[in-house]
Amino acid sequence: MNDMSQLPDAGPDQTVGEIIKLAVLAVGGQGGGVLGNWIEATARAQGWACQATSVAGVAQRTGSTIYYIEMAPKTGGDPVFSLMPTAGDLDIVIGAELMEAGRAIMRGFVTPDRTTLIASSHRVLSIAEKMVPGDGVVSPEEVRAAAEIATHQLFITDLDQVATENGSVISASLFGALAGSGALPFPRDAFEAAIRTGGRGVEPSLQAFSAAYDLASDGANEPAAAPANQAPDNRPVPVAPRGPADLRAAWNALSRRVDAFPEPVKEMARAGLKKTVDFQSADYGGQYLNRLDGILARDSAENDWSLSREAAKYIANAMAYDDVIRVADLKTRGSRAARVTAEVKPAGGTVLHVTEFMHPRAEEIVGLLPAKTGARWQANFSRMKTLDRLFNRGRRVRTDSVLGFMVLFLLGGLRGWRLKTLRHAQEVAHLETWLERVADTVGRDYALAVEIVRCRRLIKGYSDTHARGNSKYDRVMNALPLLAGRNDAADWIRRLREAALQDEKGEALDGALQTIASFADETDPT
Amino acid sequence: MAERSFKKEVEHLRKGTGDVFTGEGILAITKALLENGVGYVGGYQGAPISHLMDVLSDAQELLEELDVRFEANASEAAAAAMLAASVHYPIRGAVTFKGAVGVNVASDALANLSSSGVTGGALVIVGEDYGEGSSIMQERTHPFAMKSQFWLLDPRPNLPSIVKAVGDGFELSEATNTPVMMMVRIRACHVTGSFETCDNQKPALSVRQALSDPQKDFQRVVLPPWSFVHEQDKVNNRWPAAETYILDNQLNEFFGPGDSEVGIVCQGGMYNGVIRALQRLGLADMYGNSQVPVYVLNVTYPIVETEFLRFCEGKSSVLIVEEGQPELIEQSVSAMAYRNGLTVKIHGKDVFPKAGELQGHIMLDAVTAFFRKAAPQMLPGQGRAPNTPKPDIPDLSKTVPVRPPSFCTGCPERPIFAGIKLAQAELGEHQIAGDIGCHLFASLPPFEVGGATMGYGLGPASNAAFDAGGEKRAISILGDGGFWHNGLSSSIGNMVYNKSDSVAVIVDNYYSAATGGQDVLSSRAANPTKQTNNPITDAVKGIGVNWVRQIDRTYDVAKVRDVMKEALTTDYDGPKVIVMSSECMLNRQRREKPIRNQAIRDGARTEVPRFGVDEDVCTGDHACMRLSGCPSLSVNQLDDPLRDDPVASIDQTCVGCGNCGEVADAAILCPSFYRADVVHNPGGFESWLARHRAGVIGWFQKRRSAKRLEFTT
Repeated sequence: MNDMSQLPDAGPDQTVGEIIKLAVLAVGGQGGGVLGNWIEATARAQGWACQATSVAGVAQRTGSTIYYIEMAPKTGGDPVFSLMPTAGDLDIVIGAELMEAGRAIMRGFVTPDRTTLIASSHRVLSIAEKMVPGDGVVSPEEVRAAAEIATHQLFITDLDQVATENGSVISASLFGALAGSGALPFPRDAFEAAIRTGGRGVEPSLQAFSAAYDLASDGANEPAAAPANQAPDNRPVPVAPRGPADLRAAWNALSRRVDAFPEPVKEMARAGLKKTVDFQSADYGGQYLNRLDGILARDSAENDWSLSREAAKYIANAMAYDDVIRVADLKTRGSRAARVTAEVKPAGGTVLHVTEFMHPRAEEIVGLLPAKTGARWQANFSRMKTLDRLFNRGRRVRTDSVLGFMVLFLLGGLRGWRLKTLRHAQEVAHLETWLERVADTVGRDYALAVEIVRCRRLIKGYSDTHARGNSKYDRVMNALPLLAGRNDAADWIRRLREAALQDEKGEALDGALQTIASFADETDPT
Repeated sequence: MAERSFKKEVEHLRKGTGDVFTGEGILAITKALLENGVGYVGGYQGAPISHLMDVLSDAQELLEELDVRFEANASEAAAAAMLAASVHYPIRGAVTFKGAVGVNVASDALANLSSSGVTGGALVIVGEDYGEGSSIMQERTHPFAMKSQFWLLDPRPNLPSIVKAVGDGFELSEATNTPVMMMVRIRACHVTGSFETCDNQKPALSVRQALSDPQKDFQRVVLPPWSFVHEQDKVNNRWPAAETYILDNQLNEFFGPGDSEVGIVCQGGMYNGVIRALQRLGLADMYGNSQVPVYVLNVTYPIVETEFLRFCEGKSSVLIVEEGQPELIEQSVSAMAYRNGLTVKIHGKDVFPKAGELQGHIMLDAVTAFFRKAAPQMLPGQGRAPNTPKPDIPDLSKTVPVRPPSFCTGCPERPIFAGIKLAQAELGEHQIAGDIGCHLFASLPPFEVGGATMGYGLGPASNAAFDAGGEKRAISILGDGGFWHNGLSSSIGNMVYNKSDSVAVIVDNYYSAATGGQDVLSSRAANPTKQTNNPITDAVKGIGVNWVRQIDRTYDVAKVRDVMKEALTTDYDGPKVIVMSSECMLNRQRREKPIRNQAIRDGARTEVPRFGVDEDVCTGDHACMRLSGCPSLSVNQLDDPLRDDPVASIDQTCVGCGNCGEVADAAILCPSFYRADVVHNPGGFESWLARHRAGVIGWFQKRRSAKRLEFTT
């Protein structure tokens, strides 16, 4: 047997430690190649030996990409550099997007003994995150927390915003942050010289570089964002609405009713009141509060008013449904024109054209008819077909032209008519059935009642998407009898709802429903 | 016009003796070809050697000065076939394509070329698309060299070594009458560095001059009985000649001490990885001075038996560092050792994983494992007992989403697949075969259109079993690149001849887009050295397709859907081909943006479109995402306690392609989208009209606003 204690303890060669190893993880199309070129040019201009590689290829089409650079002071001979990053052996890692920084940590490229991580906190969402019907965006907090632990030195801020604010792209701000972090032993002007030599978009690049340099040299990481819905106190207090004196008086009266609500319900109720008043009228806002009163009467401080709080949210959403009138109204408001202008930022002397993409169907037309007539028409298949033939096609409406604007403006003006329409009758019927179910349940199973309220979240979208949401809602509600009397009924409804939000067709929901059906069979002796 | 222009870099190709070239590996190869008096060059683009084709294409002026013929070949097979010029003529030729897929396509010509043998040096430069960043099946090019018996170079991945290998390759080829393949991996193609240049050399005999004095020799034709003679010639003459040449010119390299109990044998391409592992173990310094003998195979086929045996002398164990599988080198040297009765222990895939790229941590672990088995006394303390606790970093593998490649912002292929998805929503799911190209991204979410790919230009061919039709017709996808590469004959011709009752969609984006935007026959741009503007519809009609539809603006999603439905439901039972054409947005932006910006500066009336979402109209159902996946269309969490789900939003990178609006309309999604066209330098009347329109509209808005409650926050 070898006596290991007698053997020399060499460790890595001293000269090897002089090699600086740097990896850039980016999303294809972010300009990782440009950044790599700048870093390489800087090192070479400083008389260092430097080698860069990449795996550019199909990943350049919006996939994850990686650029790798090694450099060492020239002291004689050509160093042998590696062509790929190795876990646990990196001095500097640049994450050009938060999840790419996360990927670097996941792959072990970031280690607490030596790695400086420079990361942009902005997100480029992956398809998987965007396409779920619910909220599929992954939590940035986990990556940030891991970064705190995994790094030797961490600089993280929204470098995409820094670049945009300076009329440049993220490669420039990342480069500035790298320079400012002091992780490379080169003076600031050496980095700037590389940008100048590069030759394209020099001035904006230098501006973004400079802004990021200052942030990084101060070492001021942006604070992690407060999780949503957790700090209601920080929300701006709603300003009283503008409008005619009588309406403002009506608003104040409604507002005072909300003031009298239990504390946990107030914030949501105020938002809900605003939404329903904005949707229709002060009277309609009053109806909203009446419905909420009905819930409050069945609720108590014992459960921290959570049923009322949830009801405040979902009753408002249900009452402010998305009909033609609402869409037309929203699209013809002055505030909307201002928002489009703020988003597009047209230069002075330019003219802005705005085109809306509308596609009315027979259902929308019939929905505008008086409830009884509308219902009759809707039941008449051939009449619906005729309506579809007349109306069902894509309509491009230019809302910057007087004619196009007026069509939508007049539709938006039908608010006074709305409460008589078929659509309103349908929405009210649905709403009442839902609230009755809640009222029936709350005495038996408070938690279940809360979950039933929350299921209203499933109904959203327009036309087919809306129908699909309705169907998911119905499928979840139909599971209620199967769950009757179970202690975990509320939990199951929550699971069903979450499953329903996972995919478009409701495959996950069907799976969950099958599970319920199977244990319902087991427990049912018939 | 390729995606990236190399006009600036091409100037470096003019450097002469005493100058220093600094840049990417792929450019260094180009320069080396010119320094070695190449007479003709060609190839077919594909990562990681696309840039080599782009550089050559941009260097045509220089190539003409040097009497070098450049051919942008129709396929890898065409490129390999071009090397036929070196069979009878003493002209050096080089072609390039990617491995293993390009070599698959080229293998017919390569096999014939290898049988015939060559007079002039014939060099095939293969970009080995293996490991991280690869877009193809994970296979090795190596077995092709073994089966056809041409020689395989795998130089160390630094510029001087790669450049030297080009010269060595030509000379080895000429000395052995055998084509030579030089393999460069993805990272080596893109590695940067420097080398000392020499003057470019004109070919001693140009292809043009050769035509004046035609050569032939029936003994070189692959026909019996000479095909049998060729086989014997390969093993009896060419192989020994190769061994002699490799030894005499020391193509393989030895590093480290002469005497040692253990040694490492590695492919040239693995050298830097091996040295990095040794550096981390304290067995090599920064400059690669190793305490362990390293035998670097810059020629990985053939392995020179005598050289390998000599390296094994006095060693108890050697480690074979060979990337990929099967472990052909390890098997070959194991046989040599056994036949010669050596007792040396051969390690390789016992310490390395059987498959996959030899990344840094894998190399370090395997080399460490080798030393632990064969010479533990050489390991530093930490290597013998790696007890340093690993830092406890949270596991992010459940958090960090996968990010496969996808369509770019504004890609004209997106509406095609949105249209197909909508057609399927009405007619049910269909059997769909994909092909090679950007359009294969459609097989991934959010579209999930197409379930397999069998090779370039083989999409419709891979549906051939379903040609007789059924309740629902089979659909296949083919890109314009694949169409011209192989698809016209192998796929469309196959459909016509077999009276296929299926539908082929040809995605025509005016370029070979996935490989970097090179022109193809049907490209719309005028190309001074190539004949473009040959419509695909003419070609398919020409070979007998009678049901052809052409869509000239793929962004018309409703039209795509309707034409798809027509093709799937028509009574016509022969092949149905739909050509869907719109320019690759990446290339279009590159082409149009400077022109547009100049027009704006010049005061010309210019419209710049982009899309937006009304966040209070959007309900956050994300139906649009499932028909788009555009990078500029994302979701945004509103600061509204009443909202659970994030709503759609469109960022500044939107190019206004129109897909969002078209999809919202065709799929009847929602009225949230709007298009905003900014008209730069509007005419006097237009400005006047806009002002008056705004005045009228503003009056109505104010009037309504005054009569109701309005919230500002």
